Amino acid sequence: MIEVSGLTKRYGDKTAVNDLTFKVLPGIVTGFLGPNGAGKSTTMRVIAGLDEPTSGSVLVNAGDYRHAQVPMAELGMLLEAKAVHTSRSAYNHLLALAQTNGVPRSRVSEVIDLVGLREVARKRAGGFSLGMGQRLGIASALLGDPQTIVLDEPINGLDPEGILWVRNLLKGLAAEGRTVFISSHLMSEMALTAHHLIVVGRGELIADVDVEEFVAMASTNVVVVRSPQAGELRGLLLGPDVTITSKEAEVLEVRGVSVEAIGDLAFDHQIRLHGLELQQASLEDAFMEMTRDSVEFHAHTTNDNHTEAPARLAQTAGDRR
Amino acid sequence: MTSTLSPARSEVKVAPGFPGMKVTQARVINSEFTKFRSLRSTNITLLVSVVLTIGLGALISGLTASHWATTSAADRATFNAVFTSVRGVTFSQLAVGVLGVLLISGEYATGMIRASLTAVPKRLPVLWAKLLVFTGVVGAVSIASAFAAFFLGQSLLSSKHLGVSISSPDALRMVVGAGVYLVLVGIIGMALGALLRNTAAGISSMVALLFVIPPVLSLLPKSWSDTVGPYLPSNAGEAFWGHTTDKHLSALAGLLVLCAWTAAAVAAAAIRLKKQDA
Ligand SMILES: Nc1ncnc2c1ncn2[C@@H]1O[C@H](COP(=O)(O)OP(=O)(O)OP(=O)(O)O)[C@@H](O)[C@H]1O
Ligand SMILES: [Mg+2]
Repeated sequence: MIEVSGLTKRYGDKTAVNDLTFKVLPGIVTGFLGPNGAGKSTTMRVIAGLDEPTSGSVLVNAGDYRHAQVPMAELGMLLEAKAVHTSRSAYNHLLALAQTNGVPRSRVSEVIDLVGLREVARKRAGGFSLGMGQRLGIASALLGDPQTIVLDEPINGLDPEGILWVRNLLKGLAAEGRTVFISSHLMSEMALTAHHLIVVGRGELIADVDVEEFVAMASTNVVVVRSPQAGELRGLLLGPDVTITSKEAEVLEVRGVSVEAIGDLAFDHQIRLHGLELQQASLEDAFMEMTRDSVEFHAHTTNDNHTEAPARLAQTAGDRR
Repeated sequence: MTSTLSPARSEVKVAPGFPGMKVTQARVINSEFTKFRSLRSTNITLLVSVVLTIGLGALISGLTASHWATTSAADRATFNAVFTSVRGVTFSQLAVGVLGVLLISGEYATGMIRASLTAVPKRLPVLWAKLLVFTGVVGAVSIASAFAAFFLGQSLLSSKHLGVSISSPDALRMVVGAGVYLVLVGIIGMALGALLRNTAAGISSMVALLFVIPPVLSLLPKSWSDTVGPYLPSNAGEAFWGHTTDKHLSALAGLLVLCAWTAAAVAAAAIRLKKQDA
């Protein structure tokens, strides 16, 4: 369990995290999402006791991690920046970490096998590829068999097989009752791995919800209606919070009205429907919508798919803060 | 898609960790020893310091012996056989200082420090362990190489009957002192590495402290250089391991002054490590 309460972290006059409060519960995988510079890595460093909060507090398994008696059994950490001496072998790196907390030597070989680094364990960590480095980082996070696992972008650089492995590993760890907290920008992977989400933007909390709920919140959920009486139906559906677009005759794309409501309305007015289908937004759609006005670093392209952001959507995200 | 995930919020009981796990100072020392011995750069730098102490000592002793016939009376009067044989230390101190800097700045440069401090979040045990391992290993190696330099130097000098025995006056003080001096310089290097968190900055300040400030100070008015000069780390060091005819500090005072410098540097490093974001 991780409890972050009123956490603010400033670096000089840059506020990286602003009054952030959330809990990460044991038994599930919790995803930590947010655009670049949103404060995810900063929050994770504070959780590990590496950075001192400007104000607020963080508890790991109900205690202050900086005073933990058995730190590596409390928290296993993978930091975004590689935290490995490049000239040391993977084995010696893990051995040195294990020795601080009295982790048995046999565990070092065990985690090396677990992450699949057996062949290169005696080689300099500096020569590792991105994915191998990630595996070494995951190995050090798991070394102490920790109650709580915090991984900053663990699947960055992993091959598809590695991603699948991490997904199953994290789910397995959560199923054992551990607290698993991971940040990532790979939305499709988060949708598959995480059960709950903490979403931040510009250092502030945007959402603290289950994945399904988060996706359902997205107003990009579209109901596609096919009807020979499309024009008539359109008139009946129009309302203040409803957007209707139509790319072909007899087809309406409706946002802001549920499938049930549209079906009932059509029935009441004896409008024939040839199709009624909910196209659910992906986690990525939901994320883009929720964080749109929190994105600090925009890429500018001439072919931006999301420029039709209706003001109403931005409002939704704004209200949530 | 998440329907396959059971919302297993009811905690399944896990007993994390392994029996007997706990951070102790002894374990952190053991870990730091593993780190020390598993870096090639550390071992090479240490080897360089050994080669400089013994090699330069032998070189200076050999040259002194071979040029003895043409040496002036004034130079003969200030000649000291022990000092001649361990003089390589004035050069190997740079290697030891660099080693000290590297041991800590290397962890900052690579990010390893974050792993080290996450494993030991109380932080200070890591610094104490590094200091202890360094003192143990470098102390043993430095004192041993000072003795080696002494015996090799004396055997070269004895070709001109200039050599002295280890039981001669001040011989032990100078030989052991030279080894102790190296360790203290190395510890100051470690403190600089921890304070500056950067290899280049740490090494340049080391060079400035040992090789730039002393000659610059001697350019200042004599009243200045005479009052401040003896208290510089390198001069205080020479007071206890060297042979200077115009000593301002006694050997004991010199040792205490250098220990004070070292303690102050370590204290500053400890405060920065404990108080500031890693
Ligand atoms: N040590 C530091 N000194 C100064 N500013 C910092 C420091 N660490 C982070 N920041 C700033 O704080 C903000 C949050 O950064 P952080 O790395 O936590 O974001 P993030 O959510 O992890 O981003 P990304 O997705 O790109 O990894 C950024 O604007 C960053 O520049
Ligand atoms: Mg980050």
